[in-house]
Amino acid sequence: MTRLLQIEAIKLWNNRSSRILIIAYFVLLTSIALIAAIKFDIGPIQFHLADQGIFNFPYIWHFNTYITAWFKLFLAIIIVSMMANEYSNKTIKQNLIDGLSKKEFILSKFITVVVFALISTVFVFVVSLVLGLIFSDYNEVGIIFSDLEYLIAFFAKLVGFFSFCLFLGMLVKRSAFALGFLVLWQAVEGIIYGLLVWRTSKSLADTVHQFMPLEAMASLIKEPFSRLGAVQSVANQLGEEFSKDYAIHFSEILIVLVWVAFFIYASYWLLKKRDL
Amino acid sequence: MSTILTINNLTKKFGYLTAVNDLSFTIEKGNVYGILGPNGSGKSTTLGIVLNVVNKTSGDFQWFDGTVSTHEALKKVGAIIERPNFYPYMSAEQNLKLVCKIKEVPYDKIREKLELVGLLDRKDDKFRTYSLGMKQRLAIASALLNDPEILILDEPTNGLDPQGIHQIRSLIKEIASRGTTILLASHLLDEVEKVCSHVVILRKGKKLYSGRVDEMIASHGYFVLQSNDQEKLISLLEDHQAFGRINRDNGLITAFLNEPLEASDLNKLVFEKGLVLSHLVKRKESLEEQFLTLTEDQSN
Repeated sequence: MTRLLQIEAIKLWNNRSSRILIIAYFVLLTSIALIAAIKFDIGPIQFHLADQGIFNFPYIWHFNTYITAWFKLFLAIIIVSMMANEYSNKTIKQNLIDGLSKKEFILSKFITVVVFALISTVFVFVVSLVLGLIFSDYNEVGIIFSDLEYLIAFFAKLVGFFSFCLFLGMLVKRSAFALGFLVLWQAVEGIIYGLLVWRTSKSLADTVHQFMPLEAMASLIKEPFSRLGAVQSVANQLGEEFSKDYAIHFSEILIVLVWVAFFIYASYWLLKKRDL
Repeated sequence: MSTILTINNLTKKFGYLTAVNDLSFTIEKGNVYGILGPNGSGKSTTLGIVLNVVNKTSGDFQWFDGTVSTHEALKKVGAIIERPNFYPYMSAEQNLKLVCKIKEVPYDKIREKLELVGLLDRKDDKFRTYSLGMKQRLAIASALLNDPEILILDEPTNGLDPQGIHQIRSLIKEIASRGTTILLASHLLDEVEKVCSHVVILRKGKKLYSGRVDEMIASHGYFVLQSNDQEKLISLLEDHQAFGRINRDNGLITAFLNEPLEASDLNKLVFEKGLVLSHLVKRKESLEEQFLTLTEDQSN
């Protein structure tokens, strides 16, 4: 397994553009700490975002995993191209001729993706922990380490998304087209959802929608903003009541994991079936 | 002698096209094999199948004694098919390190093999800066990293300039002289003739011949002749039992032998009949002529 990871590391790290993108990604992950620096100080209005409770434990786990998950698009480019470039350089053929089995080839890509997701999760954990320890109003150990399932969901979300990217790279063989396909697929999910709402009922549409790959990943971690104390109090003043379920559900993680299995197996199947 | 590769009744169909048709042959250790055939005769497809990148339609093949999986066997094989495929953004050395990882061999062979192909001083340059000849030589270095039991080369001199062709051919000969089994696919007859001891000839995916190059056609060669009286010479040759087909063009007579006959004996015979030869050459048929004869026989 380390051999497969080393193989992929040589390929990625010696490519200048992917090296820069990987570094940029992890810098961005860390840069979420910069939110703490957002301050407005215009005469009577003083606003310091860090004081609004976004860094309170355990809310910070929710907030940070939700925000940083957006940066995954950076890695998506790398992952799609690391698969598609194997086709355009025809190195996939040479790898197989040199004695890599098709299974090992897919596995090396998948392990890399899992490692990316794992490192991202650890990064977010550390950054959030540090931010929380500085700014959080609550510092009891029991509170700090509650709601950590957001990190599990974050990990599952990244693995799911990256597996989808791998599969698209494999299917389409061209990085640009594969990324285009990703955007297209997002639209397709939206259109199917819209059609279902229109033709049938909203409840049926929601049921179907949650099983679609991108929606399943997106809804894993719900938006955290309406949960924020300040927003809640404003809403209360306006007479609105938010009663949303923000929790992570095991069933949702399971849907994503099923998609992961599907994407990886489908990539393997494609590779096995194709004449290179 | 141990067998390296056995192919049995291998068939590959691309839709309605049959690229490889019921092909069988074996590769024994220590020989230099050529797979010869015109473009589109199924050479690359056959190699693709045994190298695990093209799926066969039917038939089977086995590497070595058949006890290891194909991808494990390929770690003991060195192969390049069609163009050299490497990561363009990586240097020669980095590319070879990657191959070492795949083949599970230590890095210390890299230097030796780069030296063999004469690329040691360019090892830190990116692959995309290489000329085609250098790329091809790097591919050979890469294929040799594991000191393979067999080296498979597909059109290794395709697209190279004469100097590049010469470099690659002398490299192949050098490798062969060290006892490495070589399988060389080519549409260039003289290449196979110069390098190989055994040949498999393919046409439209079918095997026409396999065996030693020098036994390809039981032939006694032919004479190219000219004399002071061509008509008389022709009638003399036609009466002689040793000669078969006789052609005449450009003032030269080409007479094919049906049985052995030495040039000196012919000269003597002709002179005794009162004819003087101004031109006498005895030739063996080249592989090219034999190849054309074989392929023509099949198409009729």
